[in-house]
Formats: sequence, structure tokens, C-alpha cells
Amino acid sequence: MATLSPLIICEHCDCVYEKVTLAKHQKTLCTRCAGVLQRYNGLSVEQRLALTLTAAVLWVFANFYPVMSISLQGLKSSATLWDSVVALAQGPITFIALVAAISIIIAPVFQLLLLMWVLGFAMQGRRSPAFKLCMRWLEALRPWSMLEVCLLGAMVAVFKLAGMLDVLPGTGLFALAALSLLLIRIAGRDIRDLWDTL
Amino acid sequence: MSRPPTASELNLCLCHSCGQASDVSANPDECERCSAPLHRRKVHSLTRTWAYMLTALAFYVPANLLPVMNTSMLGSGADSTIMSGVLEFWQHGAWDIALIIFIASIAVPGIKFVALTLLLVTVQRNNQWARKERSKLFRFVEVIGYWSMLDVIVVALVAALVRFQALGTIEPRLGILFFGLVVVFTMLSAMSFDPRLIWENHHNEEMPDGVATP
Repeated sequence: MATLSPLIICEHCDCVYEKVTLAKHQKTLCTRCAGVLQRYNGLSVEQRLALTLTAAVLWVFANFYPVMSISLQGLKSSATLWDSVVALAQGPITFIALVAAISIIIAPVFQLLLLMWVLGFAMQGRRSPAFKLCMRWLEALRPWSMLEVCLLGAMVAVFKLAGMLDVLPGTGLFALAALSLLLIRIAGRDIRDLWDTL
Repeated sequence: MSRPPTASELNLCLCHSCGQASDVSANPDECERCSAPLHRRKVHSLTRTWAYMLTALAFYVPANLLPVMNTSMLGSGADSTIMSGVLEFWQHGAWDIALIIFIASIAVPGIKFVALTLLLVTVQRNNQWARKERSKLFRFVEVIGYWSMLDVIVVALVAALVRFQALGTIEPRLGILFFGLVVVFTMLSAMSFDPRLIWENHHNEEMPDGVATP
């Protein structure tokens, strides 16, 4: 196993390379299919944990404060992310509410919880209990976490309603914007480096 | 052109979960590092990709024909489909928003259907043509995948906000369910496709799947 660890296999075309040490902003590409093999990981465990805690606070803001509020002839209404999931849950289309709930609420919160758990132990230089399971779930959740899509959707909704009503972006929208960017940075593929360092 | 050795030539196998290069000369079932199941190629890649994609294609029709939401303002109600939402923005001069919705909701699924069909057919015919470009095409399909969820989120938010009983309400309609299913199934389809098949130029265990051509 020791002799195998420094090898990397291109996931797009199966070519085998030896792992190299990268400098800042560098990445390595496969010579055959031009897919990315390695990317420089600019975050230490401490930094990643700090950003994860920040993201967790932002998640709370994004979920408990209204994403936006509207007013029409003196009537006011506001909606959180959960409200919008519930709005989809009526009638025969409940299934799509489940998909939406997973992609904008459940997947991100699980990513954050798993990151906190794994990185908390990594700070002490050891693998957390159920490390394998946590790392595999982090991989599995990534494609289904769609906060950046949610952010663009919220902005489109602002414009859609601005035509007929007064729309006010809420605290939740700003938290959502920061959270979606942060999540791309901290929950990316480079967490796989923990396999090598721990 | 000389190329690096491939994993199968060296009796290695990539773990899709942790990225480990595992020695598979003893035919292990799972990755020794993370215990994820190991496969030299994704299992039944072509059949599954076809199946998920055709399912998505079937849902794409009602997703575009059925209304995705109903707007009732002061007693008068109107259903709107995805395309009518785009046209409405366009007519009000908001061409940028119209373009975003059009790309995310109509163009992205369309591109995915065309691209995946192209990839599937060329792989089944053992085609050697433009392999690097086809690899890039697949990565592009993976990246654009989930942006189609945009309209689902927009409808959800708008429906959650506009609930003023008699004065005005917006409700989601059946179309959005099919639309969400299109997104989920095209994502599953892209995940099932194994891009390494593009680079194989001999008959192999994946070939029996080739009968699935519709």
C-alpha cells in the first residue's frame, strides 16, 4: 500500500501519474484528456474549521431569517427557505418539495455537521470516529447541495416580483449569498487530502 | 502520441470516493482505505445512463407543456409555463433575466440530452473521434447539471411569498414536479456515465450493454 499511495489515477481516462507537490495556484492536468488531476489546496485544517464554523452561523441566519419580504397595498409577507419548501409540498407535487429540501437545506447542513465533526478531530491530529463513513457521505452529498443555484433563484424571484409588488431582500438572502460561496470553498474535493494527512 | 500507462494495465483501480489507487490483482470488493465499493468501471454504465436519460426525456415533455405555477391577482387567475415566464420577462424588457431562465430551464436540459446521446452513441460505436473534446464535453455536462433547479427554487419562493388570499396568490402547479424530475434524472444519468469508456478502443465487458440503443 505504501508504494501505491503516491500514485494518482485520472478519473476521466484512467491514466496513472505520480503525485507531485504543487505550489500556490497550481494544478496538474492529465496529458491525455486534459482533466484536472490535482489542485493546490490552500486551506489548512485550522482555516477550514474556522470557515466551517462561520458557515454554520451563516446557515442559521439563512434558514431562520426571511430570504425576502414583499408588501402589497399595506399587506406584508415574508418567506424563509423552509417556507418555500412547504409551499411546494401541497397537492400531488410533494415529492419535489423533498428534492428542494434536500438540495437547499438538508444537504448543506449535513455537509457542515460532517465537516465540523471530521475537522474537529483533525485539529488534534487524529481521525474522528466513523471517519470513513463521514468522508464518504461528504463525497455523496456534494452533487446534491445546490445553494448557489438557490442564491440565483432567489435573485430571479426578486426581479420576478419587483414588477408587481414592493420587494425587500432580507437578512436570509445575504447570509445565503455568503454561505453558498463559503460552502464551495470548504466542502470541495480537496477535503480528500485528509486521507493522506491523518 | 505516447501516453502514460493506464490503471487497468497496471492492475490498479481508482476509488471514486477517496481517490486512492488500489491494487486490484487480488480482486478486492472494496477500497482498503475508505471501504467504498471498488469497480474498474462504473457498473452497467451505458444501460443506466440511457435509462435515466430516456426517463428524463419523457418527463421533459410535460415539464414544458404543463403550467408550473398559477398566478391569481384580484380574482383573475392565469397559469404560466416555463416558456411563458421567459417570454413575459422578455416582453417587459428584462432580457437578462429572461436569458438566465431560458438558459437554466430550457437550454441546459436540452444540451444535456444532446451531449449525453452523442457520448453514448460514440462510445457504443467504439468511435476514436475527438476523444479529448468528448472528455471535455462530459465534464461540461457535469458542471451545468444542477443549474436547472433554478426554476424550482424560483417557483417555491414566489409561491411562499405571494399569499394574500383574495388580493393575490401564487401556487405551484404539476409542471414543476416534472421539471424537478428532469433535473434529478439528468443528474443521475450524467453520474452513471463512465468517461473512461471514451478512451477504450477494444471490445470489453461494457460492450454487451450496447444493445440498449433505442
